[in-house]
Amino acid sequence: MVAKRLSVVDVDLCVGCQLCMFACTRRFGEAGISRSAIQVRSAGGFERGFIVSVCRACPDPPCAKVCPTNALVPRKPGGVTLIPSRCIACKNCVEACPLGAVSWDEEVNKPAICVYCGYCADYCPYGVIKLEPLRGKEK
Amino acid sequence: MIEGDPVVRVLYVDLTRRRSWVEEQADLFERYLGGAGVAIQLLHKECPVGVDPLAPGNPIIFAVGQLNGLFPIASKMVAMFKSPHTGNLGESHAGGRGAIALRMAGYGALVIKGRSETPVYLAVHGDEVHLRDASAIWGMGSSYTVGRVIRQREPYPGVRTIMRIGRAGEKLVSWAGLITETYRHFGRLGLGAVFGSKNLKAVTVSGRSVFKFKKPRLYRETYDEVFDLLTKSTLMKKYHELGTSMNINPLNEKRCLPTRNLKKGYFKFADEISGETFAKTHLGRRVACAHCPVSCIHIAWLREPYEQEPYFYKTKMISYDYELIYALGSMLEVGQIDGLLKLFDEVEIQGLDAMSAGVILAWATEMQERGMISTKETVGLNLKWGDYDTYIRAVKLIVEQPNDFFKALGRGVDYASSKYGGSEFALAFGGNEMPGYHSGPATHISHLVSSRHSHLDSAGYSIDDKMNAAGKKLTADEIADSLLNEEKWRQILSSLITCYFARGVFTPEVIVKALSTLNYQLSPENLTEIGGNILKAKYNFKTREGFNLSKLRIPNRIFETPTPAGQLSEEFIRESIRLYKDKIEAL
Repeated sequence: MVAKRLSVVDVDLCVGCQLCMFACTRRFGEAGISRSAIQVRSAGGFERGFIVSVCRACPDPPCAKVCPTNALVPRKPGGVTLIPSRCIACKNCVEACPLGAVSWDEEVNKPAICVYCGYCADYCPYGVIKLEPLRGKEK
Repeated sequence: MIEGDPVVRVLYVDLTRRRSWVEEQADLFERYLGGAGVAIQLLHKECPVGVDPLAPGNPIIFAVGQLNGLFPIASKMVAMFKSPHTGNLGESHAGGRGAIALRMAGYGALVIKGRSETPVYLAVHGDEVHLRDASAIWGMGSSYTVGRVIRQREPYPGVRTIMRIGRAGEKLVSWAGLITETYRHFGRLGLGAVFGSKNLKAVTVSGRSVFKFKKPRLYRETYDEVFDLLTKSTLMKKYHELGTSMNINPLNEKRCLPTRNLKKGYFKFADEISGETFAKTHLGRRVACAHCPVSCIHIAWLREPYEQEPYFYKTKMISYDYELIYALGSMLEVGQIDGLLKLFDEVEIQGLDAMSAGVILAWATEMQERGMISTKETVGLNLKWGDYDTYIRAVKLIVEQPNDFFKALGRGVDYASSKYGGSEFALAFGGNEMPGYHSGPATHISHLVSSRHSHLDSAGYSIDDKMNAAGKKLTADEIADSLLNEEKWRQILSSLITCYFARGVFTPEVIVKALSTLNYQLSPENLTEIGGNILKAKYNFKTREGFNLSKLRIPNRIFETPTPAGQLSEEFIRESIRLYKDKIEAL
């Protein structure tokens, strides 16, 4: 199976509705946002547009490099997989991601790591984000 | 209700004693669902009878409902207080991020009591509650700057609301609003002044929560049904595309767009300030409230050169909607789009309610035109239809209050006309300045009898519009019935709290199904009964504070200017009000 990643196609189309954030937590049949691996915030006031923070599946992920227990396992050709049983909740990964794409799942006290399922993209009304094949090199 | 739903938690903040605590009100939320239903019960309990609305005893109540955060477009928050503008029920609704933030912070309501000795703002981040010093931002010239300062200073961008007042609220203008996320407002009935009276500059709330369901699959299925109705049907087309401003041209063509202080129902430059023109020349960005796919918030850009500095420009982003365009545009005959945007901007900088601003300035212009006031009252201003520069100066003076006349304008057109005359063309209904519809009898009856004296309460204009299109006329009794039934149902929407724009999506059947995911077994009839109880509780608060449907002032102007339904009759309108009174008292 071809590995996939979530891509921010055009952030200027984002209206800040945050339906993607709600979708991410709803994957578990739950409502709310505290388990979401995608975050949307304004770029300093609504008039300046929005910042969409989501894992872009780096080929050499900085979050995995700082994980002391190898709970974040690099995936080929990019991104990481979380093994929750190894995680000691040190939050090094949150600090390490320069995109701010590692958010924190308060429910289980572990990082909320994108699993590249694309459920969020199905609820984006404007096609801001999309799931796309990951081919081993940066676009 | 979902088991263990934190919606039952009510956060109390006493500004006098600088204390906060949480009380659980499971029974209230179970019975009244949340939002308006719970807020009115809390208001009855917390607001002493006859209290001065600007005294510490007047509480501010924010409430959300059980669908907020769970279903899309359940994005509204309700505020209740005793209104300094009308002296009875103050109720205002807003979108933005407030509803989601309060729900995610783990509360169903926030009750703010007392008065701080010094300026403060309130920061609620989940279970943490802080009162922060606001001395440095009190008196700040622009409400935009206040937002920027708090944005920099407080954590959790993306999952927070920042609700703040401008100088108008500090100066206790009785129709000052509360601004949220820069582009949405608790605009009407003076919440800004109540904030000001408490030395409360702003409230920021943030949080992250998760809600678990007994039947997760049913929840997801129901969510998808609502989502599909919102995004795949044509129900939201109007709000989604041009936005509410798409009403300007059709209402003008039907001769019901109030113009020149309702001397007319037709504005010859309406197309210049219509939704179509805005979209073509000035629409710069569209944004959405949290958890709503519609993005009805339309923001225009305005590029202005600095006259003394060549090649320097500022580009401002200013939101527009139908009601602003009507009140500050057609009502004042401002038909020039850049000028109109500058006027919107000044109203926003000061933190005023745009609708009241337009109606009050229109009354003042007619007063000066008739020679009933002079430049002595206006401190040298010559108010003239279409002259937006002078209107911008007048807006500043309403907040600065250099003399008794501007102080009177700061209390609304009812009060100002009681002092200076001209009440026959002072267009307030139940003390609140009129919305932008002169479509027939139902719209004005709706403004007169409804809880907030707002077009949103029972949508009389929509009844008129249907009747006008069909060439029919309803009896006074039929109008009273229709308005009462609509307002009863809307209590359910504003208790859950879904946006009224989605009232076509949230039918009784859809609401019943959504509530079934929260373990409720209610029928549409049960909902109507709950809605009736909430409406009656609101009416009881109003009458408790002196409101009387038999003693309403009706400005004569509405009988002079013809509507698409013909010339209105005072006798007919009073008859319908009398019937409405009997019906609401029998609830």
